[in-house]
Amino acid sequence: MESTATTLLLRRALRAGAPVFPAATAVGLSFGVLARTEHFGGTAAIVMSATTFAGSSQIATVSLLGGGSTLAAAIVAALLLNSRYGPIGISVARAFRGRLVRRFAEAQLVVDESWALGNGDRSLIVGICVLLWICWVGGTATGVALGSVIGDPNRYGIDGAFAALFVALLAMQIRSRTRATVAVLGATIAAALTPVTPAGVPIVVATAAVLAGWRRA
Amino acid sequence: MSDAWIAVLVVGAGTMLIKAVGPVGVAHRTLPPRAERLLELVAPAILAALVIDETFGKGRHLVVDARLAGAGAAVLLALARAPYWAIVLAGAAATAAVRAF
Repeated sequence: MESTATTLLLRRALRAGAPVFPAATAVGLSFGVLARTEHFGGTAAIVMSATTFAGSSQIATVSLLGGGSTLAAAIVAALLLNSRYGPIGISVARAFRGRLVRRFAEAQLVVDESWALGNGDRSLIVGICVLLWICWVGGTATGVALGSVIGDPNRYGIDGAFAALFVALLAMQIRSRTRATVAVLGATIAAALTPVTPAGVPIVVATAAVLAGWRRA
Repeated sequence: MSDAWIAVLVVGAGTMLIKAVGPVGVAHRTLPPRAERLLELVAPAILAALVIDETFGKGRHLVVDARLAGAGAAVLLALARAPYWAIVLAGAAATAAVRAF
């Protein structure tokens, strides 16, 4: 019984998450290659993918340390980039039930893609995220292993694919006038703050755009 | 311990704590209806900010480069209601093509 339910869930997650798995593998791969070229260490890169499991903060850590930044600055930048998971976690908090330890564990499975595609459905978020984790860690390991053979992964437009992925996830969210207004406002806040605040801050502050829905809410 | 490993440990632990804030801290509370409806708007707000960051962001600068072609292609295909895999693939192809020139 249990295994049938798991199979069904994985099949559902595979269908819902189909668009993001290849992209996650490709970005994971480019993170692995980057870790090699920046002398971060292959094992450290794979462990980081398995535990931190958040692309932009991992890429920031590796490139900042590789570029001669201090350890403290790299850590602060990475954590700021992940601070969006504060509001993201609060927005799906209702979906999580059960004991504290279980909620803590399942909270780790809320990442950008599983959150956006899971639509507040706990089991779908978990299913998509487990598959995403396999792609992400597998991609990183492949990138570490192949390293210099691949060269600069962005030659294949992987950074552009990531931008396109978020366009696709956003398009799915714009289902009403209010949501479109919130998106435009969020984008404006992010663009305005990028030159004046540390990386990651603009994305968190963009959450304030939800206030555009105050009156209609 | 090398800087890389310290970063792996601290960033990993910190990220896990940040992710836990909502599901651990808020899960059992009932929020006012208005707050719940505003929380549903967090997704378009943050995803729009991520689009800006992934398309134009380079550290603390906004730059126009080949990624804009990828994002532009993605917007066109999203408007045409193309499937996700096509949107992502077009993003990569357009970016790679512009970069090759």
